[in-house]
Amino acid sequence: MSSNGQSHHHILPLSVYINVGLALLVLTVLTVVVAQMELGVFNTILAMVIAITKASLVALFFMHLKYDNKLYLIVFLAAIAFLGLFIILSMADTETRGDIYEFRGRPINEDAVIYNRPGVAGIDTLAGEVADTVTAATDTSAANQSESDTAGGQ
Amino acid sequence: MSNAAATAAVPSYLQEPKGIKSWLLTVDHKRIGIMYLAAIMFFFFVGGALAVILRTELFRPEQILMDADTYNQFFTLHGAIMIFLFIIPSIPAALGNFILPLMLGAKDVAFPRLNLASWYVYVFGAIFCVASIVLGAVDTGWTFYTPYSTTTSTSVISMTLGVFILGFSSIFTGLNFIVTIHKLRMPGMTWFKMPLMVWGLYATAIIQVLATPVLAITLVLLIMERVLGVGIFDPAMGGDPVLYQHFFWFYSHPAVYIMILPGMGIISEVIACFSHRKIFGYKPIAYSSLGIAFVSFMVWGHHMFTSGQSEIAAMIFSFLTFFVGIPSGIKVFNWVTTMYKGSISLETPMVYAVMFLFLFMIGGFTGIMLGALALDVHLHDTYFVVAHFHYVMMGGTVMAFLAGIHYWWPKMFGRLYSERWAKVTALVIFVGFNMTFFSQFILGAQGMPRRYYSYLDQYQPLHGFSSVGAWVLGIGFVIMAVYLTASFFNGRKAGPNPWGALTYEWETLTPPPQHNFLKDVVLTHGPYDYDKVTVVGDFYDKSPTDKQHMAGKV
Repeated sequence: MSSNGQSHHHILPLSVYINVGLALLVLTVLTVVVAQMELGVFNTILAMVIAITKASLVALFFMHLKYDNKLYLIVFLAAIAFLGLFIILSMADTETRGDIYEFRGRPINEDAVIYNRPGVAGIDTLAGEVADTVTAATDTSAANQSESDTAGGQ
Repeated sequence: MSNAAATAAVPSYLQEPKGIKSWLLTVDHKRIGIMYLAAIMFFFFVGGALAVILRTELFRPEQILMDADTYNQFFTLHGAIMIFLFIIPSIPAALGNFILPLMLGAKDVAFPRLNLASWYVYVFGAIFCVASIVLGAVDTGWTFYTPYSTTTSTSVISMTLGVFILGFSSIFTGLNFIVTIHKLRMPGMTWFKMPLMVWGLYATAIIQVLATPVLAITLVLLIMERVLGVGIFDPAMGGDPVLYQHFFWFYSHPAVYIMILPGMGIISEVIACFSHRKIFGYKPIAYSSLGIAFVSFMVWGHHMFTSGQSEIAAMIFSFLTFFVGIPSGIKVFNWVTTMYKGSISLETPMVYAVMFLFLFMIGGFTGIMLGALALDVHLHDTYFVVAHFHYVMMGGTVMAFLAGIHYWWPKMFGRLYSERWAKVTALVIFVGFNMTFFSQFILGAQGMPRRYYSYLDQYQPLHGFSSVGAWVLGIGFVIMAVYLTASFFNGRKAGPNPWGALTYEWETLTPPPQHNFLKDVVLTHGPYDYDKVTVVGDFYDKSPTDKQHMAGKV
């Protein structure tokens, strides 16, 4: 069909599977050991490195990415890269709020309207109650009422 | 063409097999494309009718047709229907389905059954969306922003579930196209001998597969927030409403390019064909499609400059946003250069392509303006934004879609439409469009906020003007519906290659037989070798006394 078709099945010797399986077990033990130690910032870094190594072993050997058409490897890595992009750029927001204007990093004031949802809130009711609610003492648990206003209401 | 003798003997895909069942269970990409076309045109007219009603309401500041709550529901429906039910599937699923295998010289897409499934999934999702109208029409805007979408009593769940399902339809199509393009090209068609429409569809498909799952996650989280109160978007429970916007726009900004990229593919085809000239800068146009697809994933934060997003993130997103201008500019310059010293004939598809260039440029430049941080603070959530995205979505994608419809109409149905009426309509649409939306740039710059049911008296003249424009636009589309319907039933028969184009969909019969080509196709010339191969289109090859034909030409 296609000029780049490499669809022949690569059969790996059983020993490779066993070795990779053992490596995964060793890494699991390592994870547990490392979790007992206090390494500061390296706690997370080390845990992530081990996890990535394990995932890579599974993907490369058990899922055959190492021996398959390299296109699949690119597709696989691209998916991960885009997930990384999503998380990194979102964190560029959430982790830097207030770095320039301090007030913008603070939570919304406790007396803000959003914490005082009246039951099923039409925008009119909200607007009408702004004047009252901004001065009223508040109970943040009121927000939990959101369960009561699902679409079933209609 | 030598095929002419065989034409009578071989039934077209429209004729064989017969019966409703053969359509509903078909795996023929052409029939599925036509079924998609019917579905999206239905929703286009529903969404368009909603738009005309909205504009009529806005003719004067006081109530004319509906109250404020109904207005909110109408603009939400207009947005949701136009985005999710019309514009996203419009070019890839309808035109792309029909044309992609023909362009590649393939018998069908790679997964014909998945293709049919995608249509049924689309219909299933559409039913949920339509059901939401009955269950209490959503009034959140098509973006379903929290916290309002988690607190409003309208049927957000039905609508978002519908959109969730529609996403799968989109993913199916994207996946199918990627595999088709990789595997089913005709012998001799290397990557850089593919028509640029195929490059456009390829870039689109990548975005569909990569971004749409994030929309699905977002909507599931939104539903969980409403039903279970998980609190991920609720600050009172440690969540963050701005996070919803990150999730939503990580899909929805690339989705903007799902809408425009295949449109750009159509424009590349049409401009090369009607300029009768080898396309200028094939590779840059091809690469810039992928470039746009890539950059599109890194700019979503420009929807959130005033949302409470951190200033640093806003600066990064603003900076990255300007990069979109580069591949878009590359394309526009290449198209214009293709036209330069070309032998241009202004048939209807080309008229729409030129309109696209004009309107898309305005849409693009105002997009760059909105990407500038300081200016956006002033313009955010005003009619300026509304005008901007209508210039891109409607002035860009819809014009390209119309160019494509008129370009491939003879291939789809084997008949020509009235060239004269088509051109008159194009003019009506152009005038109506600019009346409607250019006035909105001015309104927005003067501070008219979007999504408002009423307004101050000072805005009335421009609002009134815009509303009149919407009626003109509506009339234009009604005329189009009339002459295309007339063409479908008794238009003049079209030959295999009316426009004298060199891509391979024109090498087969018109309309194509069930399996596209009578014999296997091999690449003998590039898609734009107008410098080497001369083909005179059937459309032009008529006697000068043919009045109907001449009327359109002169």
